Amino acid sequence: MGCFLSITGVAAAAGRLVPHNATMPAYVIMIYLAAAMLFALSLKWLSSPKTARWGVLAGEIGMAAAIIATLFLPEVRHYDWITIAFLIAIMAAIPMARLIPMTAVPQQIALFHAFGALAAALVGTAEYYAHGSSLGTSTLIAIGFESLLGYLTFTGSLVAAGKLQEILPTQPMNYPGQNVLSISILAASVIAGAMVVIIPANPLVFPIFIALCLLFGVMLILPIGGGDMPTVIALLNSYAGLSASAMGFVLNNKLLIIGGALEGSSGFILAMIMCKAMNRSFINVLFGQVQAAKAAKSDDIYGGNIKSVNAEEVAAILDGARRVAIVPGYGLAVAQAQHAVGQLFELLESRSVDVQFGIHPVAGRMPGHMNVLLAEANIPYDHLMEMDRINPEFENMDVVIVNGANDVVNPDARDNPNSPIAGMPILNVDKAGTVIVIKRSLSPGFAGIPNPLFAAKNCLMYFADGKKAVLDIIAELEKL
Amino acid sequence: MSPSLESNLFVFALAAFLGYEVVRRVSPQLHTPLMSLTNAISAISVVGAIVVTGAGHNTTMVVVLGTIAVTASMINVVGGFLMTDRMLKMFKKRKSD
Repeated sequence: MGCFLSITGVAAAAGRLVPHNATMPAYVIMIYLAAAMLFALSLKWLSSPKTARWGVLAGEIGMAAAIIATLFLPEVRHYDWITIAFLIAIMAAIPMARLIPMTAVPQQIALFHAFGALAAALVGTAEYYAHGSSLGTSTLIAIGFESLLGYLTFTGSLVAAGKLQEILPTQPMNYPGQNVLSISILAASVIAGAMVVIIPANPLVFPIFIALCLLFGVMLILPIGGGDMPTVIALLNSYAGLSASAMGFVLNNKLLIIGGALEGSSGFILAMIMCKAMNRSFINVLFGQVQAAKAAKSDDIYGGNIKSVNAEEVAAILDGARRVAIVPGYGLAVAQAQHAVGQLFELLESRSVDVQFGIHPVAGRMPGHMNVLLAEANIPYDHLMEMDRINPEFENMDVVIVNGANDVVNPDARDNPNSPIAGMPILNVDKAGTVIVIKRSLSPGFAGIPNPLFAAKNCLMYFADGKKAVLDIIAELEKL
Repeated sequence: MSPSLESNLFVFALAAFLGYEVVRRVSPQLHTPLMSLTNAISAISVVGAIVVTGAGHNTTMVVVLGTIAVTASMINVVGGFLMTDRMLKMFKKRKSD
């Protein structure tokens, strides 16, 4: 084995471009080193909203320095295509970043993942076609990883973006044998990749490999439902990073390895947090069938216990409240109600009511989505409380307003061991004095089960659109 | 194992560990900007794409693939940093900020 590797190593050194780091001028290496450190600082400074924007600046400086230094490398001789690429990119990226509404951020980020993964996959492909079988085994293996991760994340992210934009169906799509099919395609991709490493000269192996990876990306993400998108987006974030890191191995560029690894571990952490917050494992999210509702039928739970209110009554209740919490969910984003909620916040604050927001980790379509929407509505971030911080406070709250959230406030997760969502951490809003749920109807959330909260003694239902309901409440409250 | 592969593996392992330690301290409030920032950072891959496109490769295919790669990763660079900053600007402590 060692003999084989050293022979291929010699062939690699002879046949291919000398690794970039070896010919790089010292000043470029120093700039890359500084950029790597700036990237690490960038993420470190993201630890709090106070320092976060410095983090962005640090990242931008590191990136700019590294790009400029690269443009001056002796290997880079032709600038025409690079210039065109830069221009197209700038013209596309600026409107995208400036104009996308905050509610569409998850789709936009999925799209960014697709671009990043595509770039990695294409560079790997270009390297393969430029140097072919003169590449060493370890480089070919790196190209294999780069292409597998790159192409599958490319198509997978496009599918995810489609689901988030609701161009593709958001219901989980299950069909018999789906896991067998997905795993088989993955196995076939891995085998094709192995063929690329073993017989790189064969003209068929690489295109087949690419096709299988692209297909696997689709097959993996297509069946997953919209409610699981937070975990999926985080996972794809990680894979996009890992594909960039693999590019670093192929091109022997440590800055790429580092930049990719940072995103790789970040996405991985977020995916783990999402899974814990839904009390489901990775495997379950990716390959699990949606469990058929084992809970009781909704009539048994709701029958006769639903108390409906209108804006006037809600305002009267809020009039007497001193401590209020607002729990936003995906429905709020759909209704574009964040600005109305912001106005309600200001109105209540001006009446000396203490208002906090309870944000469940999986509320919205991606980690942290709710926070961004509420920040956009000018709600100060120190009023946005995470689940673990606000849960003990609910019993001291007079009123909790739930807008567009369902499963994350379902007490069955806590109390009913037979529920499909048993064990999932939730916001214990039922402990508060009064709970007002703003919802268009009694239709279930993504878990597809009835919510006993709605039938609870201290719960009132306000059946209306999330935005209109809040605006009406504001109007009524101003009269008091 | 070649010396460069060996040092690359070390760098990868340390960077992944560093990433883990740094990111777990990011406030959950900022998870969305975190994703767009890490995506912008990993778009440092534009540097690799630049070298592949700008080097003396003659095949049209390599130049085309490289150009698309530069475009795609540059979109992530520009768009990623701009969007992250746009989101972070909105996080204020008091309405007077």
